[in-house]
Amino acid sequence: MSQTRMLSAEAYDAIDKEVAKYPPNRKQSAVMAALAIAQNELGWLSESAVEDVASYLEMRAIAVWEVATFYGMYNLKKPGRYKLSICTNLPCALQGANKTVDQLKALLGIDFNETDLDGLLTLKEAECMGACGDAPVVIINDREMRGKIGVEDVEKLLEELKAR
Amino acid sequence: MITLEIDGKKVEVDSGSTVMDAASKLGIHVPHFCYHKKLSIAANCRMCLVEVEKAPKPLPACATPATQDMKVHTRSEQAKSAQKGVMEFLLINHPLDCPICDQGGECQLQDLAVGYGGSGSRFEESKRMVGTKELGPLVSAAEMSRCIHCTRCVRFGQEVAGIMELGMVGRGEHSEIMSFVGSTVESELSGNMIDVCPVGALTSKPFRYAARTWELARRKTVSPHDALGSNLIAQLKGDSVIRVVPNENAEINECWISDRDRFSYEGLNSLDRLTEPMIKIDGSWEEVDWAVALDHIKEKFSTLNADPNRIGALSAPQATTEELYLFQKFIRELGSENVDYRLRQADCSNTGANALPWLGMSIGDVEKLDSILVIGSNIRKEQPLLAHRIRKAVNQNSASLALINPMRTDTLLTSAQEFTVSPSRVPIFMQQIVKAVSVQLGVEIPAAINHINVEPDAQKVADMLVVGKNKLILIGALSRHHPDRSKIEKISHILGDLVDAKIGLLSDGPNSLGAEATKNIPARSGLTAREMTANALDVYFLLHAEMGEDSCDPDVAIDALKSAKLVVAMSAFKDEVSNYATVMLPISPFSETSGTFINMEGKRQQFGPVAPAKGQSRPAWRLIAALGKLFGFGGFEYESIEKVREALRSVYDDLDANLRKKIDINEMPDALRPIEGIERFADVPMYSVDAVVRRAPALQSTKEAIRDYLWLGSDLSKELGAVNGDVVRVEQDGKHIELPAQIDVSLAGSVVRVPMTSNASKVIGGIGGPVQITKVASFEANV
Amino acid sequence: MITSNPPFSQDSYGPEAVIMKGVNGVNWQLAEYEKRGGYQALRKILSDEYSPGDVIAEVKKSALRGRGGAGFPTGLKWSFMPKGDGQKYIVCNSDEGEPGTFKDRDLLRYNPHIVIEGMAIAAYAIGASVGYNYIHGEIWEVYERFEEALEEARSAGYLGDKLLGSDFSFDLFAHHGFGAYICGEETALLESIEGKKGQPRFKPPFPASYGLYGCPTTINNTETFAAVPSLILGGGDAYLALGKPNNGGTKIFSVSGDVQNPGNYEVRLGTPFSKLLEMAGGVREGNRLKAVIPGGSSMPVLPANIMMSTDMDYDSIAEAGSMLGSGAVIIMDETRCMVRCLLRLSYFYHEESCGQCTPCREGTGWLYRLVKRIHSGLGEEGDIDKLLSLSDNIGGRTICALGDAAALPVKSFIEHFRPEFEYLVTHKESQIESK
Ligand SMILES: Cc1cc2nc3c(=O)[nH]c(=O)nc-3n(C[C@H](O)[C@H](O)[C@H](O)COP(=O)(O)O)c2cc1C
Ligand code: SF4
Ligand code: FES
Repeated sequence: MSQTRMLSAEAYDAIDKEVAKYPPNRKQSAVMAALAIAQNELGWLSESAVEDVASYLEMRAIAVWEVATFYGMYNLKKPGRYKLSICTNLPCALQGANKTVDQLKALLGIDFNETDLDGLLTLKEAECMGACGDAPVVIINDREMRGKIGVEDVEKLLEELKAR
Repeated sequence: MITLEIDGKKVEVDSGSTVMDAASKLGIHVPHFCYHKKLSIAANCRMCLVEVEKAPKPLPACATPATQDMKVHTRSEQAKSAQKGVMEFLLINHPLDCPICDQGGECQLQDLAVGYGGSGSRFEESKRMVGTKELGPLVSAAEMSRCIHCTRCVRFGQEVAGIMELGMVGRGEHSEIMSFVGSTVESELSGNMIDVCPVGALTSKPFRYAARTWELARRKTVSPHDALGSNLIAQLKGDSVIRVVPNENAEINECWISDRDRFSYEGLNSLDRLTEPMIKIDGSWEEVDWAVALDHIKEKFSTLNADPNRIGALSAPQATTEELYLFQKFIRELGSENVDYRLRQADCSNTGANALPWLGMSIGDVEKLDSILVIGSNIRKEQPLLAHRIRKAVNQNSASLALINPMRTDTLLTSAQEFTVSPSRVPIFMQQIVKAVSVQLGVEIPAAINHINVEPDAQKVADMLVVGKNKLILIGALSRHHPDRSKIEKISHILGDLVDAKIGLLSDGPNSLGAEATKNIPARSGLTAREMTANALDVYFLLHAEMGEDSCDPDVAIDALKSAKLVVAMSAFKDEVSNYATVMLPISPFSETSGTFINMEGKRQQFGPVAPAKGQSRPAWRLIAALGKLFGFGGFEYESIEKVREALRSVYDDLDANLRKKIDINEMPDALRPIEGIERFADVPMYSVDAVVRRAPALQSTKEAIRDYLWLGSDLSKELGAVNGDVVRVEQDGKHIELPAQIDVSLAGSVVRVPMTSNASKVIGGIGGPVQITKVASFEANV
Repeated sequence: MITSNPPFSQDSYGPEAVIMKGVNGVNWQLAEYEKRGGYQALRKILSDEYSPGDVIAEVKKSALRGRGGAGFPTGLKWSFMPKGDGQKYIVCNSDEGEPGTFKDRDLLRYNPHIVIEGMAIAAYAIGASVGYNYIHGEIWEVYERFEEALEEARSAGYLGDKLLGSDFSFDLFAHHGFGAYICGEETALLESIEGKKGQPRFKPPFPASYGLYGCPTTINNTETFAAVPSLILGGGDAYLALGKPNNGGTKIFSVSGDVQNPGNYEVRLGTPFSKLLEMAGGVREGNRLKAVIPGGSSMPVLPANIMMSTDMDYDSIAEAGSMLGSGAVIIMDETRCMVRCLLRLSYFYHEESCGQCTPCREGTGWLYRLVKRIHSGLGEEGDIDKLLSLSDNIGGRTICALGDAAALPVKSFIEHFRPEFEYLVTHKESQIESK
């Protein structure tokens, strides 16, 4: 059991709030939320972060690890300042997502699952985000969705992120 | 009851049964991988797909409930095509490296592939590679590309071992079986994962590449390490046991065995085996013929002309009943009453009744208990599969469980209440329970404890014990070895009578009951094991006993033995006994002789030799019979083990009668005063219980085997200002040793753990008692 | 903050909209929902006129069918729940991940209270005291908005102890996913709420007898719940009349791909496909329609001619050889190479297989690699039949329907567009893209 906690007090408060959604003795139900909270604060889920969540929720580390590795949005490696996930599934592809992807790759000089040299941005290929009406769709750091990102919008988007 | 038809045959099954159950009942084999009768149903391999009439698609037999008038076809076109389709998928990413796979010849995938696989593969892509996983010294996961994702190993951990150490990590095709980054598997039952793995992904590390499975001879035997008596199959290449697997026995070990039972065989092949009779002449050892050795004993004996009262005989509970019977008979013929097997028992005083070391019930009935109180046992490590039955009682029968131990032992059950009580406080704690129970039941409080205070923890145990019907008070090895053992047992019996609980006594080795039955205990006038070693006698006979390891007070015992004039050690190993013996006689370990062990439920299990005797070694029963004849005693003419067994018949009748006898204890010991300062807790670690396991290298390289530390709780470590690795001096009975410190928060407050069978025990002695500790060097200075 | 999509006009979802009637992209809050008649249905059933059985009977009458994929009759599903006390759960499936589907997201961000109200009514009908809404992890802002809506409902007494002074108590919580399509499968979703990997359970037992935490549980799609308030207010018969027999009510279709105006359109079940296509502005750039996947990527693709003569309801689409599924209509025009389209879908199922059962774990990867091989011009004679045979070895043999979902597109793409596949195998280049 890890003795020192890794997250801020606010993060544990947020986890407690999640735990309260479920019946007593069902703390494990909050594991996905707890990992998302940890990721939001630390940027990614290191092994020690996983162990921390495990001990906080009284789970076996391997059980938390199973969850962390199963769901696609958990970062098991440290990403750049921004993780940009872009959907390339069929509906988005039909609306030109691949052109957007090519433009992103060209401007950043990276491929999927890579981080640019400035450490600004990690590019991720994603599956359907349930927003195909707004295709092409990207998500910034798991939480902020942008729709209709055509080739012509890529440069502006990158400028904006750099400026933040 | 439900009637259904499989492959045209009618069968009746209980409602709730699956199609697989029904097929098994008919003796119809439905191919499968993920299904395992002792594990939950996963239905993930899909190998068991069968055709069910009126169902639109094939259904998995393992998970499909049997329904009235269902018609199932396991070999129809639809069923076979489904099974073949699944087999094709299973093989596309499998390396098909059977020629170099340890599982080759006993692989379920290989067997079924012959029947269901296509001849060539339609898969032209490159195969998935899965990296090696490091799981520790026992289980090899070097070949994980062979894994077929049946999750049996994961379910075994969660459901049987009670601890999830492996998981299926990742998703889809990228799923891999592994432990959490950097963790090894540490369950005391981990080796069973090797058996449940249907392919060669998880294999035995010590066995790896030792042989092809078809070269092996297979012979049945019985575990020599604990009182459960797990049934084993020893597998041999040539003359050596090179693998041990479970022999299923629903009443005893089901289809499991502990790691100790599985991997200890390495000890049998140890280079330390004693293979020739040896006598010590002028301080050095000489190999001699049997005849010379025996004559030497006889001659030495007559020159010594020892007073029979100065002859001591120490047997170990690893000896067979046949050996034990002849051993005591020989000693008693010599005129001595000094014979004892209770080598680790510090307090051998009578409890006032004939309380035999047995479970008080059958092993299977443990699952049906409503409440269980364990006093002084790290149950998972002491009797691993009994602990499994207890987990079943709690998980499946909602039994309540409380434990009283010097440290939290982690039963893997969240509902268990564990009270950490320093060893010397155990008797008084139990008296408090008796008082609380008496109050609750409205019966008279025994006068001796009328004045004592009941702590809240004792009250909690009392609350648990007054409800429910089927109860067991289980007294473990820590209590059996306790300096106040007889008091703990007496109070337990009184408590058991009050709350109508059975009493179970767990003892050392596989055959304590055999030793009791054959009277390897001194009658009134004789000396106990501890008394025999407290002051030197002239002559000692040792049977399977290694007194530097097996004694409750090793340093004292070794001194006594060293100053004796004749020490005859009948042993399978030489190093330890050569320190104090004057004659070493090579005898067979359990694996090379016929014998009988009587397990904790009183069941007698006979076994034959699985391997030929090594070198000149011989079964001890033959040797003792020969000695008896040589000494001119009548009644030692046993030409076969059957003859010995005939003589044992009345012994067994007496035992059976005694097991059933009601034990009456009504005299409550006076209230006891615990030790004020720091006291020592000296357990026998799981992998040092006997001579064989102590010599098994793989087990000795597990974390569990580490014993040369001084463990202390966080309060004591703070008081002492000690951190892990600091050197601490510990003094007991005026003797002292320096040891590296390890902090263990599960220890009771004023307790330090210095285990038995450690180097320390040979210097400062054993059992419990007050100790002083001082820090002598800090870790940094040390390095 | 929800950054995408600006406010829009009130009839963006079409003139026949019932669920989305009056919704303009900004009026999602409680007060505005109440102004649109919100929570009247809940009030109606709680003011003693309705027993739980009455609610179920009304839903049965309406021929409301599940909007999540399988089109199972909702009233019937509710009636499977055991009667009597004991913990029961109601769960909303907002894990909208079926490629092409984006209606639940709009429901939750623009009209969240209608889902809450529908769930409360359903909870009353089946006797659940606690509910969870499992929201797709990718739409985080929507998850946060739904939490806000829950707070509003709680403070107004629509959730919590003794709703609106009745004896009925119900609380509802949001649970977010985090990137696993399979969690849309109802039992995987339950596992996920329990804090495990989202691996589907073998059925039987079905959730109605063994669901969340082993308790009886009803799971419906977001839109299914959203249909309930108006159904209750107007009555089952009126709701049925909106659609056609066995296909009651309106349905939100998510139209995507090669159309002028991709978006959600709510129309009566039975509306001709051609009309729906028209609402979405027709095929993009005046191109010719080639193929349509009418119910989300897991459903069989249909060629233009069949689609143009089909109506948008469960039975008509089934008759045409596909399924209405989640109502995601993916439009492909004449410029599209069908092998490339299938390649992307096969990649998806391969990526999203949970890995639990053999045919899906091993088979989806094999399918994908084989389609890829054909697409990249390395296909060999026999590969197309091998694809079909592998699909047969997956479909119907897995724990959950993802296996079928991976197999169906392969079979239907080849069935309707086999010459394109054959062309690629013989000519090593796409018949369409090389033009
Ligand atoms: C692989 C797979 C993915 C699914 N995804 C969804 C989904 O995203 N949303 C949904 O409502 N149902 C989904 N379903 C269907 C659900 O399992 C379930 O049938 C549905 O939620 C029931 O609700 P309904 O009766 O209201 O349609 C999926 C099924 C499968 C097999
Ligand atoms: S069909 Fe695929 S997704 Fe469904 S249980 Fe099997 S492996 Fe998992
Ligand atoms: S044995 Fe039935 S699915 Fe594996």
